[in-house]
Amino acid sequence: MRPMTSETVRGAQGTLEIVDVVDSWTKPVPDLDPVSTTYFRAAHDGTLLIQHCPACGTRQHYPRLVCRHCAATPEWEAASGLGTVYTFTVVRQAGMPGFQDGPYVIALIDLDEGPRMMGNITDSPVDDVRIGARVQAYQLRIADGIGLPQWRLAAVSAPNA
Amino acid sequence: MTRPDRTPVIAGIGLSDGPKAPHLDALGHQAQAMQRALADSGLSKDDIDGFGCAEAWIPGVPGVDLPETAEYLGLDPRWIEGTYTGGSAYEFQVQHAEAAIRTGMADTVLLTYGSDLLTRMGRSLGTGYGRKPVGGAAYEEPYGKTTVAAYAMAAQRHMYQYGTTAEQLASVAVAVREYAAHNPQAIYRKPLTVEDVLNSRMIADPLHLYDCCAITDGGGALIVTTEERARDLRQPYVSILGTAARQNHWNISQAPDVTTTAGVRSGQEAFARAGLTPDDVDMAMLYDSFTITVVLLLESLGFCKPGEGGPFAEAGNLRPGGRLPINTDGGGLSACHPGLRGIFLLIEAVRQLRGQAGEVQVPDCEVALAAGSGGWFSTIGVTILGKGR
Repeated sequence: MRPMTSETVRGAQGTLEIVDVVDSWTKPVPDLDPVSTTYFRAAHDGTLLIQHCPACGTRQHYPRLVCRHCAATPEWEAASGLGTVYTFTVVRQAGMPGFQDGPYVIALIDLDEGPRMMGNITDSPVDDVRIGARVQAYQLRIADGIGLPQWRLAAVSAPNA
Repeated sequence: MTRPDRTPVIAGIGLSDGPKAPHLDALGHQAQAMQRALADSGLSKDDIDGFGCAEAWIPGVPGVDLPETAEYLGLDPRWIEGTYTGGSAYEFQVQHAEAAIRTGMADTVLLTYGSDLLTRMGRSLGTGYGRKPVGGAAYEEPYGKTTVAAYAMAAQRHMYQYGTTAEQLASVAVAVREYAAHNPQAIYRKPLTVEDVLNSRMIADPLHLYDCCAITDGGGALIVTTEERARDLRQPYVSILGTAARQNHWNISQAPDVTTTAGVRSGQEAFARAGLTPDDVDMAMLYDSFTITVVLLLESLGFCKPGEGGPFAEAGNLRPGGRLPINTDGGGLSACHPGLRGIFLLIEAVRQLRGQAGEVQVPDCEVALAAGSGGWFSTIGVTILGKGR
């Protein structure tokens, strides 16, 4: 099996904006496992990783040791960081530590590469989010070696999008 | 060929005290429900040789494991079942108990559930507790995913795709409340209107407070045995006509399509086993963690076409006297939701098929369906029950 280190990922040059909130982060920090370590480290360095299956071509998120379609061993691939809102909600009541400061948006984002993932859509009024809206990823540094992919509404829509 | 004398049937049911019972803990609820199911059936504890209970993982609630529960209840089972699939666990467990009885691995199976959720942690489960950010949850919990938020995202997409309205969702809660008014153990019994639901505070768009289920204490017990054994017992037995189970994801972000459920496949399979169609169902117990859950299940199980669940509810079909009465105990929305509701679906269906449902009795109730939904409509267990012959 190919070693799963971000250094071996083609195109993982860290092109996404990075926002460092290590000192102020009070929300959950992912518990790392041998696979997710690569994913969250890449996020820390400005890359959104997905997995691509060399056997059947399936692309998947979240990362794991097997392809969820054919059970072969997937490889890492850098995603573009562009996606579309599949669905979302504005959370207006939440009691977990770190989430009590007013409404926030949770969305399921369809990446342009295919896989779907969860994220927050930040930096715009919560009522501006729509299904089908284009979104752009950025990376939050939340802890040493751990980044969290996050999203903003894409500033400019393509003319024929 | 299965010998007819081993046909599995439901011979006893019991509910523990609720909706708030500070004198009982999780084990106490199960003990009391067991006592009541034994008394209901006329069986003694010595008859029980199979035992199932879901080792529920609920944030904030200390777990009680399966063998310890069996020990507490004083059982020495030769067949043990601990499937945990969230709210559908007991529909999955009945499927397994059915197989165990048919094959002779057990003669009489007791299934129990109990929780002191309301007494222990109030009403905060849906919005106040995250999971440990490990495994698949590591890709969701840091974003503040709440239980309500997961269902809200399904509702939002269903609205976008099909034009489902907030009023239509609210009509599910209104219908279920009408039944709850007749259940002395229901936590909410005052009449509810569509306006009340729409005026209740927004928890996660588009789900309002009254689109969300209650949190209660409660427990239930169910006894499955052979038809031969059940014939001379205290109650008319209820036949298990068809069971099926499916999982198609666990975490909400892994759902292939949030507007439908694994119940499409488990429903078809359960109906095929029973040799029945949705038109044959006299009443249904549809897991109502949220109003949208009912809409998704109505569509998944073939009671409506995709997208028609909202209008079907709004037309009054789910109300008393409607085409498809549902959740006649008052449901999770208004009566009883102590963490996992799966066993209560089965217990109320049995009450209906015995003709013991009092003011909410569905006339000539011959076939009842229970559909449990676990996780975020991730695991759907379908049990079709029939009036015993």
